[in-house]
Amino acid sequence: MQIPLVDYLVLGDDPHLQANECADCGARFFGRRNACARCGGRSFNPVRVSDTGTLRTFSIVYRAAPTVPTPYVSAIVVTDDGTSVRSNLINIDPDPSKISLGMRVKLDTYVVGTDDDGQEAVAFGYAPA
Amino acid sequence: MAQDIWVLGTHMTAFGRYPKKDAVDLAATAALGALDDGGVSITDMDLLACGTLFQAAAGMGQQVQKQIGQTGIPVYNVSNACATGATALRTVIMAIRAGEAEMGLAIGVEQMGKMGLLAGSTRKEKNVYEPSGRYGAVMPIDGILGTDTMPGVFAQAGMEYANDNDGVGFEQFAKVAQKNHAHSTLNPLAQYQGEFSLEEIMGSPMQSYPNTLLMCCPTGDGAAACVLVGEERFAALSREQQSRAVKISASVLTTDPYVESGHMQPDVNTLTRNAAQVAYEQAGVGPEDISLVELHDCFATAELIHYDNLGLCEPGGAGDFIDRGGPWRDGETPVNVSGGLISKGHPIGATGVANVYEVATHLRGEAGDRQIEGANVGLAHVIGLGSSCGVHILEKSGVG
Repeated sequence: MQIPLVDYLVLGDDPHLQANECADCGARFFGRRNACARCGGRSFNPVRVSDTGTLRTFSIVYRAAPTVPTPYVSAIVVTDDGTSVRSNLINIDPDPSKISLGMRVKLDTYVVGTDDDGQEAVAFGYAPA
Repeated sequence: MAQDIWVLGTHMTAFGRYPKKDAVDLAATAALGALDDGGVSITDMDLLACGTLFQAAAGMGQQVQKQIGQTGIPVYNVSNACATGATALRTVIMAIRAGEAEMGLAIGVEQMGKMGLLAGSTRKEKNVYEPSGRYGAVMPIDGILGTDTMPGVFAQAGMEYANDNDGVGFEQFAKVAQKNHAHSTLNPLAQYQGEFSLEEIMGSPMQSYPNTLLMCCPTGDGAAACVLVGEERFAALSREQQSRAVKISASVLTTDPYVESGHMQPDVNTLTRNAAQVAYEQAGVGPEDISLVELHDCFATAELIHYDNLGLCEPGGAGDFIDRGGPWRDGETPVNVSGGLISKGHPIGATGVANVYEVATHLRGEAGDRQIEGANVGLAHVIGLGSSCGVHILEKSGVG
């Protein structure tokens, strides 16, 4: 049994991210919404976010809360449909010489933990494409 | 046309660690110092605004009154992340402009000790995963879906600038810290006053690439205060008070407007650009007229991008600006001659008042060893993540 780490990750045979798109202006958001931060619109449609994109910015984090494993590569990716996504870069060395701004990346998923009922939490990250 | 507002008196404690004092002691020291500096007393104040972040629920303003004078005036306790101090100043300025006060006291204070600020959450395994919160998360996402750590968030802001502009990288960011540490050696109020080579800065422990330890501000304790006065009361002051007063020619607070990426990472640029533009218009000056800038260098990556956001360099040219020494104290526009947050320290609530203290002290010609000669216009900038940006432009008194 698997459960997504966050509700905007859709699991199954074809894991992908799902955004809430403002019905009035098209602005995209993840997570629960009250209204649109861009235009104030109140209705949203679920849309699939492109799996591929480019690396907009990153940091290699060495110091974090004690329970967070380090180092990890934090990133903002802009998907090919123009949606900004915050996640980790995965399957890459945490070494600035191996990471280039603008590099192509692709969504991937992995098991991040298992609870006492044996339920697996599945996270997403972006790997070099 | 809004009436002119003046900084009549100002004071700050040295920033550092005060294990034997509490925040009320620090705030009272700054407040009494500012009153004395302005030649006025607590009984002259019509209003008190007190900014603190981590003790925002403690009624800090009233606690200070109980130490320095309970005159029954209204107190506004304000909290606005790292823009808390600037917000306290704005509160008094708005009250004077609205005609509800003629003179008021703005205090910023924070006592942080050695508290860690790495993240808002720790990862705690639940026995059974259950979605909760706005994102339906089954566990804390910090460190899995990117970072919530401040060094990391501001590292990403800097790397985004590096993505968009040539000539910006680890070395340029490190040069910012080299400058601010060097500047701090002249400031007895700075928490740290050590100078470091570029190699030492780049080789110090990496916190969040490209920010090393020496490129991050410390936590700490401190307070700063300003007595502000409106036109009418100013006109009745002595010649000496008037000549030492510093005019606030712009006071602006903005928040971050919508940008596409804003739902995933804080945008620290647009609100700074907006605040700067309005402030320059209010003051009737441009970046080229500014004698010195105190800006929000919580991390070296942040300072670099604000050179561009505040118009101190040509668009996209922040890397070249630091490379050619533009923001050094003998450069084109001296930036953070106090040592900045990186070395002077960053007791959060105090910061937005302390940078006004710094600029005012230079405009009065009273900054001692670190004086920028001939300073006549200065700019103070803070950003609170989330976000709020405060910009104040100050001018030397024309009264001789």
